[in-house]
Amino acid sequence: MSPRTPGADLPEHPDFLWRNPEPKRSYDVVIVGGGGHGLATAHYLAKNHGITNVAVVEKGWLAGGNMARNTTIIRSNYLWDESSAIYEQALKLWEGLEEDLGYPILFSQRGVLNLAHTLQDVRDSVRRVEANKLNGVDAEWLEPDEVRKVCPIVNTSADIRYRVLGATYQPRAGIAKHDYVAWGFARRASEAGIDLIQDCEVTGFATDGNRVTGVRTTRGDIAAGTVALCAAGHTSVLTDMLGIRVPVQSHPLQALVSELLEPVHPTVVMSNAVHVYVSQAHKGELVMGAGVDSYNGYGQRGAFHIIERQMAAAVELFPVFARAHLLRTWAGIVDTSPDASPIVGRTPYDNVYLNCGWGTGGFKATPGIGWALAHTIAHDEPHPNVAPFALDRFVSGALVDEHGAAAVAH
Amino acid sequence: MQLIECPWCGPREEVEFSYGGQAHVPYPDTPGELTDEEWARYVFFRDNTRGRFAERWHHSAGCRRWFNAIRDTATYRFERVYRLDEPRPVTP
Ligand SMILES: Cc1cc2nc3c(=O)[nH]c(=O)nc-3n(C[C@H](O)[C@H](O)[C@H](O)COP(=O)(O)OP(=O)(O)OC[C@H]3O[C@@H](n4cnc5c(N)ncnc54)[C@H](O)[C@@H]3O)c2cc1C
Ligand SMILES: [Zn+2]
Repeated sequence: MSPRTPGADLPEHPDFLWRNPEPKRSYDVVIVGGGGHGLATAHYLAKNHGITNVAVVEKGWLAGGNMARNTTIIRSNYLWDESSAIYEQALKLWEGLEEDLGYPILFSQRGVLNLAHTLQDVRDSVRRVEANKLNGVDAEWLEPDEVRKVCPIVNTSADIRYRVLGATYQPRAGIAKHDYVAWGFARRASEAGIDLIQDCEVTGFATDGNRVTGVRTTRGDIAAGTVALCAAGHTSVLTDMLGIRVPVQSHPLQALVSELLEPVHPTVVMSNAVHVYVSQAHKGELVMGAGVDSYNGYGQRGAFHIIERQMAAAVELFPVFARAHLLRTWAGIVDTSPDASPIVGRTPYDNVYLNCGWGTGGFKATPGIGWALAHTIAHDEPHPNVAPFALDRFVSGALVDEHGAAAVAH
Repeated sequence: MQLIECPWCGPREEVEFSYGGQAHVPYPDTPGELTDEEWARYVFFRDNTRGRFAERWHHSAGCRRWFNAIRDTATYRFERVYRLDEPRPVTP
């Protein structure tokens, strides 16, 4: 072999997907948080409403928060009409997103099984399937032998501690490549003239009565006509600055991957009772997760016994994984709400919109919330899909309780 | 694994404990007089501090007693633990 300069045979540096502009002193709309929701909102502001004097300000690097850390499960089989509406619209947008963005997102509709292990699980699951059907969401109830047909590696035998009594199945559910999704939105938004400003932390707000006039950032003050908060697990840090009380709690949520394996797992399997969910990424890693670490935390890490439990649960359900090696674990900070539903819409400030509370399950909503939040900003009126998720539901009592469809299932 | 100091049992492994959320949230004195807004505050709204936070812990797989702790939610370090009948320690 002849000596050569390392990297000499690599292609030219590819084109950058977005510009890295200096922040202007003023924008019509400032979106705080450059995760999936902030970037999708920017894209639809430009695409659907022609609003492009917009900045997305991100304290770290683009989409390095939960957008980089989630396990990418996309589904719309939630119980209530309000949830079905927003998650199903999001799923329809996912189905055309690659084309819309002109960017590969590896959206793979491989279906999701939500396993039932107790008679109460079965009753709740069947109820959810029927509710889904009424809302036009594809859903089926599968008996154990049908579960085995969809996913042969799930242990459906009788000699398991928590037997699989059946499962709900949503064939149109699936996974996507989270980074590509963020980059695709970012590229489109940047092309449209929207400024994506990284390394720019919002540290305060300038206010005038009921209005916020601008954001104070580590890269200077930026005036804003409208402000949209898309800061996920860090929402409370921002709302505390504004004196707005929001009923979310920030928790670490962990996930893990195995080493790369041959394709063995054709779908996504979730089990609230055995407490794990598993898919297999395109590259071959088994991707697993479960519920949040119980304590409030902003540390982007969690406790190892949570990982141990996830792996024990995975091996219980999938004996074939017993000798797979754990490669990597990580955590994000998720903002959980009292009814496991998001909190979106108006705040006590006339020109500040809130988007938070998506907790463990907001990736799947990315295009849907971007669409609805952009509409809300453009019309200064909550889009019908987010109207039921307003902050005032905690006073009126009109909660949208999705604990059954959320919990371990993200 | 992190060790948590139970005020009665001493340091024990984190797995023995369960979390009880924000501490010092008293039940309303005059529940019959509360507005919907005030009930909402009591039932649903809790501080979500980044940094030093006073919270409740339960030694659920040990002495099964509750206690309070001052813990930093960014570093997860326990700074103080104290009994329920003790006032919230004044921390710098
Ligand atoms: C381990 C894990 C697994 C998950 N699995 C799934 C799943 O399978 N399916 C699913 O649907 N959902 C899942 N989720 C949830 C999903 O990731 C989130 O609900 C969703 O990503 C939140 O929206 P976002 O992308 O905008 O958040 P983020 O990507 O977290 O974006 C928020 C951004 O705001 C920035 N920010 C915060 N404060 C400031 C400030 N002061 N100034 C400037 N910027 C700021 C942050 O740096 C961050 O980049 C999972 C989450 C985790 C952690
Ligand atoms: Zn004890």
